[in-house]
Amino acid sequence: MLEIKDLHVKVDGKEILKGITLSVGTGEVHAIMGPNGSGKSTLSYVLSGREGYEITKGEILYKGKDLRAMEIEERAAAGVFLAFQYPIEIPGVTTMTFLKTALNAQRKARGEEELDAVKFLRLVREKAGPLNVSEDMLKRPLNVGFSGGEKKRAEILQMALLEPSLAVLDETDSGLDIDALKVVSDGVNALRSPDRSMIVITHYQRLLNHIVPDKVHVLSAGRIVRTGGKELAHELEETGYADIVEA
Amino acid sequence: MAVRETVETVDEVGKYKYGFFTDIESEKAPKGLNEDTIRFISAKKDEPEWMLEWRLEAYRRWLTMQEPSWAKVNYPEIDFQDAYYYSAPKSDEDRPKSLDEVDPKLLETYEKLGIPLSEQKMLAGVAVDAVFDSVSVATTFKGKLKEAGVIFCPMSEAIRDYPDLVRKYLGSVVPVSDNFYATLNSAVFSDGSFVYIPKGVRCPMELSTYFRINEAQTGQFERTLIVADEGSYVSYLEGCTAPMRDENQVHAAVVELVALEGAEIKYSTVQNWYPGDENGKGGIYNFVTKRGDCRGADSKISWTQVETGSAVTWKYPSCILRGDNSVGEFYSIAISNNYQQVDSGTKMIHLGKNTSSRIISKGISAGKSSNTYRGLVSVHKKAEDARNFTQCDSLLVGDKCSAHTVPYIESKNPSAVLEHEATTSKISEDQLFYCMQRGLGEEEAVALLVNGFCRDVLQQLPMEFAVEAQKLVGISLEGSVG
Repeated sequence: MLEIKDLHVKVDGKEILKGITLSVGTGEVHAIMGPNGSGKSTLSYVLSGREGYEITKGEILYKGKDLRAMEIEERAAAGVFLAFQYPIEIPGVTTMTFLKTALNAQRKARGEEELDAVKFLRLVREKAGPLNVSEDMLKRPLNVGFSGGEKKRAEILQMALLEPSLAVLDETDSGLDIDALKVVSDGVNALRSPDRSMIVITHYQRLLNHIVPDKVHVLSAGRIVRTGGKELAHELEETGYADIVEA
Repeated sequence: MAVRETVETVDEVGKYKYGFFTDIESEKAPKGLNEDTIRFISAKKDEPEWMLEWRLEAYRRWLTMQEPSWAKVNYPEIDFQDAYYYSAPKSDEDRPKSLDEVDPKLLETYEKLGIPLSEQKMLAGVAVDAVFDSVSVATTFKGKLKEAGVIFCPMSEAIRDYPDLVRKYLGSVVPVSDNFYATLNSAVFSDGSFVYIPKGVRCPMELSTYFRINEAQTGQFERTLIVADEGSYVSYLEGCTAPMRDENQVHAAVVELVALEGAEIKYSTVQNWYPGDENGKGGIYNFVTKRGDCRGADSKISWTQVETGSAVTWKYPSCILRGDNSVGEFYSIAISNNYQQVDSGTKMIHLGKNTSSRIISKGISAGKSSNTYRGLVSVHKKAEDARNFTQCDSLLVGDKCSAHTVPYIESKNPSAVLEHEATTSKISEDQLFYCMQRGLGEEEAVALLVNGFCRDVLQQLPMEFAVEAQKLVGISLEGSVG
């Protein structure tokens, strides 16, 4: 699904990622862990194509295609989804309208028929229920005045609706209490499928108790310093990053 | 046809100063403005003498007036003698015979707005006989309105058929001497609409649909008068979302609204005149005077406008809150792109007791444009317990445009409660990225964000236009990013 080879990225002239190589197979869930400032969020932005992230070396292949040649919205339509650490407020645009506009923009880009209001409504209700997203929330402007939990649930709802092939979840656990974490994790787990890959970026191990990864990578100072199975996360929980980073 | 013939015709009209001269061959008054031109216009329209006198009085006043210069707009000096003040509507022969003959760019925009084919023909000015369903539709509407006792006709017809009503109300809200452009309009107005809603009648339909089909060719000096008699209600929509092309550069319309006791008038405008090209060349200068008079107690006037066109816009739809407990509202979206200049806002004049007003203004500037909100809230001595709420929000798209807010607030009564809120914001890179990550193209993202910004005002529009207006917002901002 995703092949990253020797990726170097500069932000504002400063090298943040210093040679990342990562291979995520179809249907796999990879966790990327690491201390603050290690370059985790940078990786998520590079994958989604945000401006200001200059790739100085290396390549990113997504489904065999050069991701760098694609615009932000082309990547989205091709199935790259980023769940934001801090979802952005969109004043005046209801969650419902936003979801419909996004879904239809992607469908249109893929040459599929756009959904009419009735079909769309049925689809949203079907996806919103399990995530505890109420009708009221759908009618409110997206992320405006949402609690931390509501914002994250809205992100996962978008993911459920847009059905990406590659989902990057950036610190999805931040700002969530235990109950909200459970709802969100259940939502993500429900979306695990043999043809969908996920990259779960997190600082803490606790999210990985709920979303159990196939592989865990530890990112430090722009490099992957260790790779292992799910047990690596537990090890980190006990020893902290310091030991691994210094090793 | 030679210009000379036309000049001769005008000379003849001049001679028939008091006559009703109907049989005039020429379709255009000669260039320039003088008393003869006005006589020509009046004769052309078969007007009674009082109307001609009214026009002439306006003209004589206009000669003594100065073009205002206080607005934050810049344009080359206008030579009012270098313009035509009357030309008859195009005859069927001059019009395109089918949509194949219409500028494809125009059709493309119609397509984007989702305007049905039959209406596209109408808007593009295709000869009426080619538009098979318009006549029957109009007739149906006419019948319905007649049943309700509503008068809705061209101003020129009203002057002939309802002289008492016209004489009573014309110029009673915007006096002949009001301002440079309004006075000019009073002298030379081409046509427009007249609406009268009898006592206690709720107009059975939005006067929009009908208007769109019938009044596409209104000319540059439009004059509209709407009178809502006691306890009546009417909703009126002027203009349309489709782009309007006109060879006349200067437009100066006057709209007067009169709401008697307990009456309500909702007036919505969608203005999409040619704004000029990306380099600021061409485009309409739009100098409009719009004013509503809440003459009776418990009356209400509500203005909603979506301004996206014109190179220069100078426009302040206002409410005179004369009747006790009367209510005035102003909801505005003004979008400027490229080199457009907008100076628009409202005036709320509180005269009666317990009057209240509400102003929601959303200004969006993009490109290299300038967008100014200019508003006055004035509370007079006897206006006990007046209330106003004003919210002025400006949104900047890009970093070469400007937004200005110039609120004037005067209160001569200590019981007044006036609130003013203003914000200026920019579309953030975060918001754009977020939308695009979800699959929206950059322009689509801007359109969505701007529509969100305008939501409070868009909701005030009649349903069928709200959808088109949303699309229009997107189209107006094309080319503003990237």
